[in-house]
Parts: sequence; structure tokens; C-alpha cells
Amino acid sequence: MTVCGPMKQYQVVGRKAPTEAFPNPEAYRMIIFAPNVVIARSKFWYFMQQFRKMKKTTGEILDVNEIVEKNQNQIKNYGIWLRYDSRSGTHNMYREYRDLNLCGAITQLYDEMAGRHRTRPRSIQIIRTSTIATADVKRSNTLQFVGKDLKFPLPHRTDSAKRGNKALSDQTFTVGRPTTCFR
Amino acid sequence: MVFTRFVEVGRVCMINYGKDKGKLATIVDIVDGNKCLIDGCNTGVTRQIITFRRIALTDLTCEIGRGARAATIKAAWKKGEVAEAWAKSSWAKKLAAKAARGNTSDFDRFKIMVARKQKSKIVAAKVKSM
Repeated sequence: MTVCGPMKQYQVVGRKAPTEAFPNPEAYRMIIFAPNVVIARSKFWYFMQQFRKMKKTTGEILDVNEIVEKNQNQIKNYGIWLRYDSRSGTHNMYREYRDLNLCGAITQLYDEMAGRHRTRPRSIQIIRTSTIATADVKRSNTLQFVGKDLKFPLPHRTDSAKRGNKALSDQTFTVGRPTTCFR
Repeated sequence: MVFTRFVEVGRVCMINYGKDKGKLATIVDIVDGNKCLIDGCNTGVTRQIITFRRIALTDLTCEIGRGARAATIKAAWKKGEVAEAWAKSSWAKKLAAKAARGNTSDFDRFKIMVARKQKSKIVAAKVKSM
């Protein structure tokens, strides 16, 4: 699937198409992370085919709803369990991210997996997600930022105007070197 | 190199880029080494995650707890008199002077020129007499 921009969380409910023999088949609900509804529906069938004898032609999606995070004002620690394909095999992984909402953490996950492991979004399956209490945080990188009285300076500011950020200098050529240290 | 301006909960920062450019906000929480959560309830900045590249730290801080909500931040700003302290700072004064200069009309600039000439005349006369 093409992943561009922020991921959203969808609840997709589907079932096998009702027949005369089975007029009321069991419905299944999945939580899918996708950039939009179309890909969410597609991913639903991708997983349902793996888990049950059900596919898009023999089934129907009953409902797709976006799940919006209730509390988007506090930063939380998210633990994400995933399964991904590398070039030589498939592996399980557990990663932690700090973000305002789960979708933000998932977006970070996909970007980081692409950067660190060259994993394409099609190769990633999210198994489980959860908010992690500060005491249960495992990764040292996350632990760095959970403590009380956290403070650090910004010692070496090398801001370029790439990716929508403000540049250190508004000129391409200057007489003297720009200063990078702002106390 | 001694650092005096830290990224910390309660640090007042100025936004350098984006639609809220030039506004102050408070750092409410730190996400990671690149981003923090800011809230500028006093200055009209919505609560958001922003990268450090888009903010400049000021000397001012206010007393808030991690993840404080808008009401708490507003009260802390008032108690710490942040807005007044900012207006008194030379940084704010320079920004205000630049903005004022940008808003001058041609007639204002003429008046400024005349005033400068008058001032330099007085100064030159005084220097000559010394």
C-alpha cells in the first residue's frame, strides 16, 4: 500500500456474504491503520484472507469508521508490536514511540522502519498497540524523555530550509560563517 | 560554553516558521530529541507538536507541570508576568521597532528624515563647541 502522510485508525467490520444456507454469517471486526478509507478496506481483506476463509468477492464490508483518539492533549508512550519482512526472512519486533495519539506513533513507526530497515509499508503488519506506563517503558531512547525535570539546551543549530523548516540564514552566500550557538 | 536557555517544561519560546510565526508559546512537554509539545493559549497558538527547528528559545520560563492544560498555563503566565517581561526584553523591543518601521507611510518617513537632520544638527553644533 502507498503510505503518504499521516496514518489514521479505522474500525472495519465485515463478514462473508449471506447465502441461503447461511443467512447470518459471523461478522468480524478489525482495527486497521491506513492513510484513508480505501486502503483500510483493502487491508481488511488482506488480513481476513489470511485468518479466515473469506475474501472480497465472497464477503462484504458492513462498516468502516475512523477511530479518533480521545485524549490528544497529552503525550503518551506507545508500544507497538509488529511483524515485518526483511530481505532474508520475517521477524517480530517491538518498538516504542512517544506521541500525542496512536496514529502519530504509527506514522512515526512506518517512517522509522523505512529509514532504519528499508522496510516498505507493504511488509509491515501491526500486531498490537498499547499505551505504556512510564514504569513499563523498555527502550532506553524513550526512557531518556520520560523523566521528571528533563531539560537540555540546543547546542548546535544547523537549520537548513529543507522539509519546511526555517533556515539558519536567509542568504545563500554570506561573508562570515553563521553562528550555530545561541546560548 | 555555558548554556542558559534550555528546552524544558515551561520554557517560553518564539515560533520562527509557519502560520504562527512571531508568536510566543510555552513548551508543555517534550516528545523526543527533535520535537516538543507547545501551547500558546495566551497568544492564540493551538496546542501542537512542533520541531525545535521551528522555534527559538527565550530567556523566560513559567512554572507549569508536564502536560499542563490551557487554564493552568494561562494562570502561570499571569503569575509569572511573562507577557510584561517579554515586552521589556530587548528582543521584543527590536521586533516591535522593526514592525513599526515596516508600517511607516511615506509621510512618516519624511518626518523621520527631518527629525534625524535636526538631531544631527544639534549634535554637530555641540561637538563643534566642545
